[in-house]
Amino acid sequence: MVTLGDYLIVSGILFTIGFAGVMLRRNLIIILMSLELMLNAANLSLVAFSRFHVQQSGLPDYNAQVFVFFIITVAAAEVAVGLAILVALYRARQTTDVKDIMSLKF
Amino acid sequence: MLPWYVLLLPLGSAIAITLFTLRFKALSSSISVAAVLGSFVCSCLVFRQSNISAPASTWIEISGVFKVPVGFVLDNLSKTMLVLVSGVGSLIHIYSLGYMREDEGKSRYFAALSLFMFAMLGVVLSNNFVMLFIFWELVGFTSYVLIGHWFERDAAADAAKKAFITTRIGDFGFMVGILMVWASTGSVVFAEIAPRLSPLTTHSAFLTIAALLIFCGAVGKSAQFPLHVWLPDAMEGPTPVSALIHAATMVAAGVYMLVRVAFIIQTSQTALLVVAWVGTITAVLAALIATQQSDIKRILAYSTLSQLGYMVMAVGLASNEAAMFHLFTHAFFKALLFLAAGSVIVMLHHEQDIWKMGGLSRNLPITFLTFAAGALALIGCPPFSGFFSKDAILALAYERNTPIFVLGLLTAFLTAFYVVRLLVVAFLGRPRSEIARQSKESPMVMTGPLIVLAFLATVGGFTFFARNFLALPMEKDSALFVPLLAIIALIFGSGLAIAVYRNRASEPFDIKILRRLFYFDEFYSWLINSTQERLSRISAFFDRWIIDTAGVGGASGGTWGAGALLRLIQVGNLQAYLFLFGLGIVALIYFAVFH
Amino acid sequence: MSPFLFWPFALLMLIFGVAVVINRNPVASALSLVVSFLGLAALFMSLDAYFIGIIQVLVYAGAVMVLFLFIIMLLDLRAEEGRQVSWLALIGGIAVALALLAQILYVIHNLKSAQQAFPPLARSTFDDVRNVGLLLFGSYNLPFQIIGILVLVATIGVVLLSKREPR
Repeated sequence: MVTLGDYLIVSGILFTIGFAGVMLRRNLIIILMSLELMLNAANLSLVAFSRFHVQQSGLPDYNAQVFVFFIITVAAAEVAVGLAILVALYRARQTTDVKDIMSLKF
Repeated sequence: MLPWYVLLLPLGSAIAITLFTLRFKALSSSISVAAVLGSFVCSCLVFRQSNISAPASTWIEISGVFKVPVGFVLDNLSKTMLVLVSGVGSLIHIYSLGYMREDEGKSRYFAALSLFMFAMLGVVLSNNFVMLFIFWELVGFTSYVLIGHWFERDAAADAAKKAFITTRIGDFGFMVGILMVWASTGSVVFAEIAPRLSPLTTHSAFLTIAALLIFCGAVGKSAQFPLHVWLPDAMEGPTPVSALIHAATMVAAGVYMLVRVAFIIQTSQTALLVVAWVGTITAVLAALIATQQSDIKRILAYSTLSQLGYMVMAVGLASNEAAMFHLFTHAFFKALLFLAAGSVIVMLHHEQDIWKMGGLSRNLPITFLTFAAGALALIGCPPFSGFFSKDAILALAYERNTPIFVLGLLTAFLTAFYVVRLLVVAFLGRPRSEIARQSKESPMVMTGPLIVLAFLATVGGFTFFARNFLALPMEKDSALFVPLLAIIALIFGSGLAIAVYRNRASEPFDIKILRRLFYFDEFYSWLINSTQERLSRISAFFDRWIIDTAGVGGASGGTWGAGALLRLIQVGNLQAYLFLFGLGIVALIYFAVFH
Repeated sequence: MSPFLFWPFALLMLIFGVAVVINRNPVASALSLVVSFLGLAALFMSLDAYFIGIIQVLVYAGAVMVLFLFIIMLLDLRAEEGRQVSWLALIGGIAVALALLAQILYVIHNLKSAQQAFPPLARSTFDDVRNVGLLLFGSYNLPFQIIGILVLVATIGVVLLSKREPR
């Protein structure tokens, strides 16, 4: 029998993987992908809670699922814009290495 | 209203001269003399009225806590002092007309003199400590102005500063003493304090300290040991100033104040003893120094110190009457001596060294005779006034404290010695310099006051005269023994002086320690220097290292260092920022969840 | 819901998630991410969230990952070579990530409701499209409209950002 806790643990692990990926990879595309992992981990825990809290009508609490819907939408828009920035950056610097964009260093 | 006139006429004169007539020297002097004469007349009128009410109003009142009235005390003591102060003051004003005739700052001098009269009369009339203190300080200030009248001379300016600062030290103790008395009795009015002291006699230490601190004021103002160093230097001022301030009135203010608040001092036997000994030490010390001085005014200054010591001694022996009696007679003969000395000085074109004088008895006869009268009164030769008053004090000492009596007798011997030395060297014999040979008698405006004072110095001691003014000390049973001893001391001293100094051309002895005034000035100078040196070194260290380096440098350097440290975080590396972000999140969750 | 379905799909998702992070070739990373999304969609289905599961496949795996692959190929990104890895940064990063994980696990462990099984549903959620839609157009109409505008803005922004400089 799978409990809510199992879903949350899986979600947590996924989040951590994504966070480590953002921190440790140098390629910008990989960083963006790891970011998507983090977002999905959040989505998973939201849906798990949505299923857990059953309303009087016998249905799950759909508010969380609406929230997940919004998250997916915004994530998509964000990826689009992020990749556009990446393209512009690549055209200017010919690199996608995050260590080459340190203009704000003291 | 009369007491107000006594007080305010000189003030009016001072204000008028300062504001309006500084350029008109003759007018200024006339205003001043008229004011002081008017004050004298009013004092006599006040004196004759037996029960005159003292007008009173309130100046400061903090309800329940602190009340300072503006009021006069008009008992026999103050009425007598009024007549004395204004009378001697008038004579000196008239004398000054002659002495300062060609002085450039004549108007300024008379304005200051009038202000001094106002302040001194205020001291006499005050009925409470606060008013007394204010006038006390004003007396000190006007004395500073008058001593430094010829301020272009460094010696005069320094002497004025020295006088003010030294008396200020005494005044500080005085003020603390006043505060102690007020704190314990709740009032500053003399009449109200007296009955409130009896419950406090259990705290004898407190009362002793308060009494001694109040005595400090008198130590400063009346130039007792150890604050006596200013009086000889104050001779830099014009001679009438020396006569008025440092012989007859200001230094007497200290003794007057002691007599006024004697009821406080008498609550403590220790305080009385200290007072008596301070007076005695001053008397002996000053007399010893005087034997080796060669400036005529300095000799007289030290003799003033010595006689003041007698008066303080009398207060310490718990006899106000004897102290006031001596003050009374001393005012006459000391003023006389100073004015006569001034006459000599001015006629010798400001020569003050007695070893350049000689034979003046022939050239300045009136001056000589009046000076001699004053001198005889000073050494206590009967039937002059000084004999009676000094004798009263010696009798008191004989009865109450034998060591003090012996020292008093020694001082009498020394007094006779140096006074007769002065007489012999300056007036008798042959002239030692050209100036002395060609001197002439002073004008009438100067010799007039001399004659008046000589008369007073002669008769002032007789009971029938003095009884009108003072409560006289009571006759003792050992009435003959003490005067006899005093007269013997007198004869020995005078004889010795005549024998040693007759027909001498220059000073035969050279006792270094006396000439250098027991090295008091050097000692004080060293004391102040070394203290200031230490303090200023500490302050400099503090300022340079703690404030500048640690404080200011620390603040700026610390800020710079912190900035340099924080700057290291701005690496520009996105992932480093994310790492720190993660670290912060972990910490935040730790504190939120695990605490 | 059977653990035999849950754990395989969960492990699939996690392992390919790790593969995303570790792979040097960006294309391999992208494809691993697709598989991870599919595993996630399966998990959504297991939670009776059919609508969300389908949306996950359609939008995420279908549109977003396609976009990723397009960009990778447009820019012709090669595999990374010669990693000069800073051991300090690596250790530090892994440490922080593990610390975060530990805290999350601890919190979940202390959550009372985490030990409970899912309550049964009274009705089937086959028509959850309708239910979600009702909420979306009903209570959350305003955010919905704003999201629409946001997407529009994103589109405009993307077009602007990827324009070439005119010669």
